[in-house]
Amino acid sequence: MLRMIGRRLAAALPGVIGVIVVTFLLNRALPGDPAAYFAGPAATPRAIEEIRVKLGLDKSLPEQFGLYVRDLVRGDLGTSLTTGQPVVADLRARLPASLELTLCGLLLAIAVGVPLGIFAATRPGSWADHIARVLMTMGNSMPVFFSALLLVYVFYYLLGWAPAPLGRLDAFTPPPGSVTGSFLVDSLLMRDGTVFLAAAKQLVLPTATLGLAALAPIARITRAAMLGVLASDYVRTARAGGLAPRTVLYVYALRNALLPVVTALGIVFAFLLGVNVVVEKIYAWPGIGSYALEAVMTSDYAPVQGFVLTMAMIYVALNLLIDILYGVIDPRVRIET
Amino acid sequence: MSAPASGAGFALRQALRHGRHLLAENPLSLVAFVMMVSFLGLALLGQWIVPFDPLASDATAQLQAPSRVHWFGTDQVGRDILSRVVVATRLDLAISASAVVLSFAAGSVAGACAGFYGGWLERITSRVVDTIMAFPLFVLAMGIIVAVGTTLTNIIITIAVINFPSYARMARAEVNVRREAGYVEAARLAGNSPGRILALHVYPNCLPPLIVQASMNMGWAMLSVAGLSFIGLGVRPPTPEWGIMVSEGAAFMISGEWWAAFFPGLALMLAVLTFNLLGDALRDLVDPRRRT
Amino acid sequence: MTGEAGALLVVEDLSIEFRTREGIVRALERASFTVGQAETVGVVGESGSGKTITAHAVMGVLHPAGRVTGGSVRFRGADLLALGEEERRGYCGREMAIAFQNARAALNPIRPVGRQIEDVLLRHTDLGRSAARDRALELFARVQIPDPPRLHGAYPFELSGGMCQRVMIALAVAGSPALLIADEPATGLDVATQCAVLELIEELAHENRMAMLLISHDLGLVGERADRVVVMHAGHVVEIAPSAELFAAPRHPYTARLLATTPHPDSRLADLRPIPGSVPDLREALPPCRYRYRCERAAPECDEPPLPRVEITPGHFVACRRPL
Repeated sequence: MLRMIGRRLAAALPGVIGVIVVTFLLNRALPGDPAAYFAGPAATPRAIEEIRVKLGLDKSLPEQFGLYVRDLVRGDLGTSLTTGQPVVADLRARLPASLELTLCGLLLAIAVGVPLGIFAATRPGSWADHIARVLMTMGNSMPVFFSALLLVYVFYYLLGWAPAPLGRLDAFTPPPGSVTGSFLVDSLLMRDGTVFLAAAKQLVLPTATLGLAALAPIARITRAAMLGVLASDYVRTARAGGLAPRTVLYVYALRNALLPVVTALGIVFAFLLGVNVVVEKIYAWPGIGSYALEAVMTSDYAPVQGFVLTMAMIYVALNLLIDILYGVIDPRVRIET
Repeated sequence: MSAPASGAGFALRQALRHGRHLLAENPLSLVAFVMMVSFLGLALLGQWIVPFDPLASDATAQLQAPSRVHWFGTDQVGRDILSRVVVATRLDLAISASAVVLSFAAGSVAGACAGFYGGWLERITSRVVDTIMAFPLFVLAMGIIVAVGTTLTNIIITIAVINFPSYARMARAEVNVRREAGYVEAARLAGNSPGRILALHVYPNCLPPLIVQASMNMGWAMLSVAGLSFIGLGVRPPTPEWGIMVSEGAAFMISGEWWAAFFPGLALMLAVLTFNLLGDALRDLVDPRRRT
Repeated sequence: MTGEAGALLVVEDLSIEFRTREGIVRALERASFTVGQAETVGVVGESGSGKTITAHAVMGVLHPAGRVTGGSVRFRGADLLALGEEERRGYCGREMAIAFQNARAALNPIRPVGRQIEDVLLRHTDLGRSAARDRALELFARVQIPDPPRLHGAYPFELSGGMCQRVMIALAVAGSPALLIADEPATGLDVATQCAVLELIEELAHENRMAMLLISHDLGLVGERADRVVVMHAGHVVEIAPSAELFAAPRHPYTARLLATTPHPDSRLADLRPIPGSVPDLREALPPCRYRYRCERAAPECDEPPLPRVEITPGHFVACRRPL
């Protein structure tokens, strides 16, 4: 098992290197003089020259890359012009909000999408199957910002069930003490029910938006995988052995069908990381997506670069986790590698 | 050459027969086809049939609800939303289609060459593909656009770049399957050069699944383009574009003026739905086994 | 068609259709045969003759595209096709069991093979978990799997084809069924393993007084082991006879041809003659006798429906107007 994890880690390394190289190149592709860019509009020529030396822009490209990697290793992603803070500190402060939201959305999508896919696959051709397929097609075609706005309109403006889409907590609730950064977890740790409820309320609509976006692909893949597995020889063997329908469905069919679903989770998660930016903008969610967008407005590249890098690293880490999970489920992977 | 050609003719007849069967079985494909023709019609003729100038603001008619004059209402500066939605069709379709065509061409050629020749070409292609795939694609698109600037060309290229891997991978896999096929061997023995074999015998035979991929990809490309515009990294206002229009109307959703964001969003959704349904139908046509 | 008194399994007039994109395939038409207590019946025919489909229909695991359009399957007098799903399941694994062809694909790829046996044991016996494990190890030993404790935790992909086939057999006999259906148990294995597997099945059947339906495309292989043989062609049962009689005096032209293609020790290469033509397309309109266009004895009367079923000598049935 440990050896397998080691192998997976080694296999993830080229991805990490690729991410670093690409972000470096994007950084150098910035229009105009990067030094002037980073120095800000009000900088004097001398300040710009200082920044040029500080950034190592007077050196050759490979040397610059070396400096870039050195800074990364030190955890130095530059300074945000907007907040005046080191980008790393900003990201660290805002990342929990993004993660909490994305994970809640992903969990919701799995909790609804997997059963929906199973349900549709076990009753092919039934009305439930047709409804599920329509939902899947619609879900694939729905722009996330559109569904988010519809949810806000219906549940905030028309029905008044949801709170205003203005961040993680309403103006009257103080945030819980920060342990993990997740308001749900922290308020539970503090045994503060009011804050927990307030945080949960704010989370409902953005989570639903993300969940809806990820629902369609998850349900679609689950359905296809289940259909394939249910028609397999080994499920036929289980049926011919007279095993209980529950055993056949869960132990024989579902566990095999989960393999492609787990693989697909990586792609769905990447998709959610992108969607997250849009959702954070609409719900004024103070995560790293809205941080990057604020920086875009002021042409402040360092935060954007930090954001892209962070998202890519999260994705690499998640893929690693999925690979390991896959090995746990599938003995063929676990034993052969 | 004649063998693959007659094979293609046979496949075409089969596909037509099969297509009729599918249309009868799945009327949704017909609906999608009609919708696509309508969208193409709007894209071509839209600017001449709209009731108002999509850029003309009217300070006396700001944020008016849908009415007989303004079927879709007006936006915050009094522009007619119907006209803007219709005129935006051409831009949204054109950007997405250009991006898809570009990534299709680049991805399929790079993937096919990688699969056919192997060696360093294959290593470089797969390294590029893996690197792009290591990013959440929309996030990568954001990073690229911010770095290179939001011009129309840059948007098209960026969307093409993030879609490149799916074509390159697919083309490589398809070529790998066909590299040792009988007709390739026959062409080789007939004295054709490798480049000629790839261009005339292998590559054309790999196209059908790639075309399916392209049609399924079209909807996704439209969502990406509109998504970038929505967050301010795409087409610039006041150009009519669905993503921007939703973005501009978003603030009024909270105060109840739903139409400003609703109609452009709906248009986008229907367009994406159309291409997704067409993609499904096309896939059933090309590869019935993969039906879901 | 046969004496039904005391028969364990009676298949009567069973018809099965498959709906495909290219039309309806009449895969089985009015097939009838019986299997007596502790009797071994061989089912022989080319691929596409309906052998496997018949077995799947008996077990109630027909592919969803297939549909039984007529006839009955009776087990100890109970009409299985009329039973509810729950009651039907009570027979599977306990009263009758099947060893599928292509054993590796027929085993759950991500569940240890021992656990798969235990699933059946826990379902059909009163054994507890640890007793089921002991019993599974016994079964492994019985089907001559080396080192049962180690292979108990193995996955199908770690086992050879022959080992998978043995696991499949252990799985089938775990519930001590009265009837074992063995579908091409030796196909895809090397010759030495084939013999061993077939011998093992025979021994198990003998020990437990199990009836057996032995399905194969190889007439020679079935003839050596079966008490009686059912010959199928293109979804029809064309001849049923005790093995010795069938080999000595086949009455259906198809059986005779099939025998001629089966090598035996004193035959020369020149004696081996292929059967002309191929299995007809079951989607098209067919004459009453589906062997009509391949048959050298065909005559105009063969086009008259229905397909006859004649008991030529006691226990020897043939579906032919011009038997040999």
